[in-house]
Amino acid sequence: MIVLWIITGVALLASLVADRRKTRLSLLKGLRMFWGVLPLLLGVLAVVSLILAAVTPDMLQQVLSGPGPLPFFTALGIGSIALIPGFISYPLAGLLRQNGASTPVLAAFITSLMMVGVLTLPVEAKFFGWRVSLLRNGLALAGSILVAAGMAWVLP
Amino acid sequence: MTAPGKALSVIGKLWPWFAVAVVAGLWTHGRFGGGLAFGLRAGESLRDFLVEMALVLPPMFVLVGLFEVWVPRAVVERRVGRHSGVAAIPWMVLLATVQAGPLYGAFPVAVSLWRKGCAPRNVFIYLGAFSAMKIPMLTFEVAFLGWSFSLARTVITLPVFIVIGVLMEKLLPNGFVLPSVETGEQPTSVL
Repeated sequence: MIVLWIITGVALLASLVADRRKTRLSLLKGLRMFWGVLPLLLGVLAVVSLILAAVTPDMLQQVLSGPGPLPFFTALGIGSIALIPGFISYPLAGLLRQNGASTPVLAAFITSLMMVGVLTLPVEAKFFGWRVSLLRNGLALAGSILVAAGMAWVLP
Repeated sequence: MTAPGKALSVIGKLWPWFAVAVVAGLWTHGRFGGGLAFGLRAGESLRDFLVEMALVLPPMFVLVGLFEVWVPRAVVERRVGRHSGVAAIPWMVLLATVQAGPLYGAFPVAVSLWRKGCAPRNVFIYLGAFSAMKIPMLTFEVAFLGWSFSLARTVITLPVFIVIGVLMEKLLPNGFVLPSVETGEQPTSVL
């Protein structure tokens, strides 16, 4: 995160030294894009916060551990819908494993969480349009199943 | 615009603020009023999201702006454009893995790459690598799930999103145009 800010700062300084007018133009461009997507992003994050508040880690633990294929599909479903930052999802995954969640379940949860985002679809569609976003998320869901299957094979 | 269309577009513009107000209201109630735990939790997770957003998005958008103004289209086309080879893949992965933050932070970068002539397959390989292989994220994963899990998942995921990227490019129609993020205009070819 700090690295990102340092790189940006250096790039911005270099740009300022090279050409002030162009720098102004580029900042305006970035700002316009940011402004275009900000309200929608705020709304989606607010809705996600409400859902996260309703679902507790205990509930997740209950539905994601246990025998049979059901936890696998639950993990895939929750992972696809939710948007959980990594600093919460990984500790949660560690906890799930201690409580008996299997490798494929964990892989399905983590991978779909990262690659598929149903709740953030409106934001994605703002950038890419609905057609691209739906296609990408569909393929990413299929990809998550493949990754989970591969994990089950490599780490039984 | 027709009357129901107009009403829909007003709702479309206002619901995000309404949702934020609901969370803020619930949090205020939880903090100062009835002690509603649900409201407190919702407010705190929204606050965490906002902090994350404030840390990641400003530099991302500045970089995107600089990229759009300074990097010539020809360079992007030659390195990662439609006729670039597999050598483009390590570039996309490298670009993605050194970044941090949530996937929505990568969307503006992906869009500006696309506008500059980056091949769609490479744009989606970038998004795939960004979602699954960021180095800051991997250190977290290793700490909580161990080396073997993290390594196996990364190695298995890489070919999967390369295939997704190639499939996306094949599935999109030839004259596909991205919508404009700035004005919210959707070109008619989209859906």
